[in-house]
Amino acid sequence: MSTLRYRPLDLGRWIVWGATALLFALAPLMSDASFVLTLLSQMGILIIFALSYNMLLGQGGMLSFGHAVYSGLGAYFTVHALNLVGKGAFWFPVTLLPLVGGLAGLAFGLIFGYVTTKKSGTTFAMISLGIGEMVYACVLMFPAFFGGEGGISTNRVVGEPVLGLTYGPALQVYYLIAAWAFVSMAAMFALTQTPLGRMANAVRDNPERAEFVGYNTQRVRYLQMCLSAFFAGVAGGLSCINYEIVSAENVSALRSGGVLIATFIGGVGLFFGPILGAIVFTLFAIALSGFTKAWLLYLGLFFLAMVLYAPGGLAWLIAIQIPVLRARRFSELLWPYALALAAGLMLLCGLIGAVEMIYHLSLESAEESVIALAGLEVDVRALPSWLAVGALLAAGGVAMRHASRFVSARWHAIQQDIQRGAA
Amino acid sequence: MNGAAAIELLDVRKQFGATRIIQGVNLSVRQGERLAIIGPNGAGKSTLFNLISGRFPLTSGRIRLNGQDITGLPPYRINRLGLSRSFQVTNIFHRMSVYENIRCGVLWSLGYKYSFWHPVNRLRDVQRRAEETMERIGLARRRNVQAGVLSYAEQRALEIGITIAGGAEVILLDEPTAGMSRTETAQAVELIRTVTEGKTLIMVEHDMGVVFGLADRISVLVYGEVIATDTPEAVRANPAVQEAYLGGMHKEAAA
Ligand SMILES: Nc1ncnc2c1ncn2[C@@H]1O[C@H](COP(=O)(O)OP(=O)(O)O)[C@@H](O)[C@H]1O
Ligand SMILES: [Mg+2]
Repeated sequence: MSTLRYRPLDLGRWIVWGATALLFALAPLMSDASFVLTLLSQMGILIIFALSYNMLLGQGGMLSFGHAVYSGLGAYFTVHALNLVGKGAFWFPVTLLPLVGGLAGLAFGLIFGYVTTKKSGTTFAMISLGIGEMVYACVLMFPAFFGGEGGISTNRVVGEPVLGLTYGPALQVYYLIAAWAFVSMAAMFALTQTPLGRMANAVRDNPERAEFVGYNTQRVRYLQMCLSAFFAGVAGGLSCINYEIVSAENVSALRSGGVLIATFIGGVGLFFGPILGAIVFTLFAIALSGFTKAWLLYLGLFFLAMVLYAPGGLAWLIAIQIPVLRARRFSELLWPYALALAAGLMLLCGLIGAVEMIYHLSLESAEESVIALAGLEVDVRALPSWLAVGALLAAGGVAMRHASRFVSARWHAIQQDIQRGAA
Repeated sequence: MNGAAAIELLDVRKQFGATRIIQGVNLSVRQGERLAIIGPNGAGKSTLFNLISGRFPLTSGRIRLNGQDITGLPPYRINRLGLSRSFQVTNIFHRMSVYENIRCGVLWSLGYKYSFWHPVNRLRDVQRRAEETMERIGLARRRNVQAGVLSYAEQRALEIGITIAGGAEVILLDEPTAGMSRTETAQAVELIRTVTEGKTLIMVEHDMGVVFGLADRISVLVYGEVIATDTPEAVRANPAVQEAYLGGMHKEAAA
């Protein structure tokens, strides 16, 4: 009986994982532009990194401000290994080099994690921040190993090609990253389904009770931390191969903050959340940064909006639609959603207009006062431009108020019906 | 009934700051015995449970579990030695399903510890034990419901379920029927009776009907001291107990 019960679920899993693998395999076919490969490679790396971060934040309830320590140190050890292979000190296939990063991450997880996971909550967060700063300082203090400000560069094309793979072309590197991302994803998902993974959730939700069913909460956090550090190290190793340079930025608070933001945007409560977050974050960091200098500002605003209005992240926004879809009530939400979307777009246009014009005024040369926005020539010194932006913002704001009331009224009505149906 | 002591308390004392809450408790509970601890609010009953189960450190004294000194051990070590407790204020994993809650109580006892290589959904022994436990506490049909949305009585049953899931030989239940209606209480008593069959049970309870029906012996705790430990009949007849506790209850009821 119980075997029967699990079969459809397993089938669903096969489909999901199969589709994921297929996506990884086919993604580079989207376009020939080298820009796309850069984007996809960075996404793959950040997916591993964000998932490993969520092993702490989402699964273990540990808010870390220093996760880049593990990916960064993993990257440093990988770059040294790669350079040694390049010099012919020993032979090691580049394909497996991220393992060096992983093991380095694990080793530092064993050391630093022992200190950080002694405590949970705010204390954990503070210690992780402290260790992050400490490691960053050390990296600058020992240039012999870490290469100082400039970092250490490398060449990933070393030794005889294995199976015809030189890792010269970016496409080969992408598939290396994709393969590692897929395997890491599967491994991290499998980990959530083990006794340790389940108890990490238990310790997150109610550490006290966990102690009374036989679990040392400190040990649970520590082991979870070490495993997470391993995958962070793998991500670091891959970034070393991808960029062929490792510098202090790899262990910096900026990176630690970045992975926090990516994970949170995607959603910490569901396994696939950080994957979405990594994709969106990379789009902001790479795609958007090509268009505007203000990309970091947009990312910050987006992050703020998520924290305020959708703290469960994108994954949660998707997941809460499922019961509505099951109840065949989603069509009732289409109209309110469309209105909210339109209002959101209006607000966004106004916002982008304002931000870009201010940026232009404060940063660009004083003479040139006409900029191109969405194909329109906009004079940032002319009053009509500002009036237009102001009107967009005001209209968008009013529309958003009405639309969100509309959405929430329909939403609550549907939820009530669903609950009544279940009871 | 087995004569060996499952739990022994030797001159156990506990102070919070300068306040003496437990003032030299001596107690011995035989294996397989059911002991009820009664006493007015604030007497220190929950504190005593917290000391036995390792939640609080003792100020002085010793506690033995099956002859082994467990004084000062952390809760998880005491639990692994075969003592499991429930809480007066429901203490469950609110965001997990009923099944997962029970499973948390099962994993360590079946030896899976901190394993990160066993796929938990394929562990037949874990599944069997968890399903058995849900059956016994009457929550089998609520298997996939999130614990946080269960009714109060169901949450209390789950609280007991988590406590007994690991198969501990010594069970401590802190006011398992508190806040329940009459019918719910009757059901809970039956539940407690069956799930603690053959085990050592120490229970804090306010409902005298429950206590007299379930306990082999009763200890009366007043101001952190055990003023009597005896059979239900003898405790009922004890004038000191009537004065300190039962009398007070009757007066309250009359008022
Ligand atoms: N952690 C604590 N810190 C300080 N005082 C406490 C603590 N826990 C319990 N007490 C005090 O100990 C006394 C006994 O409490 P408790 O053991 O909960 O009583 P009972 O369970 O018998 O009603 C109360 O006066 C309570 O305020
Ligand atoms: Mg109490």
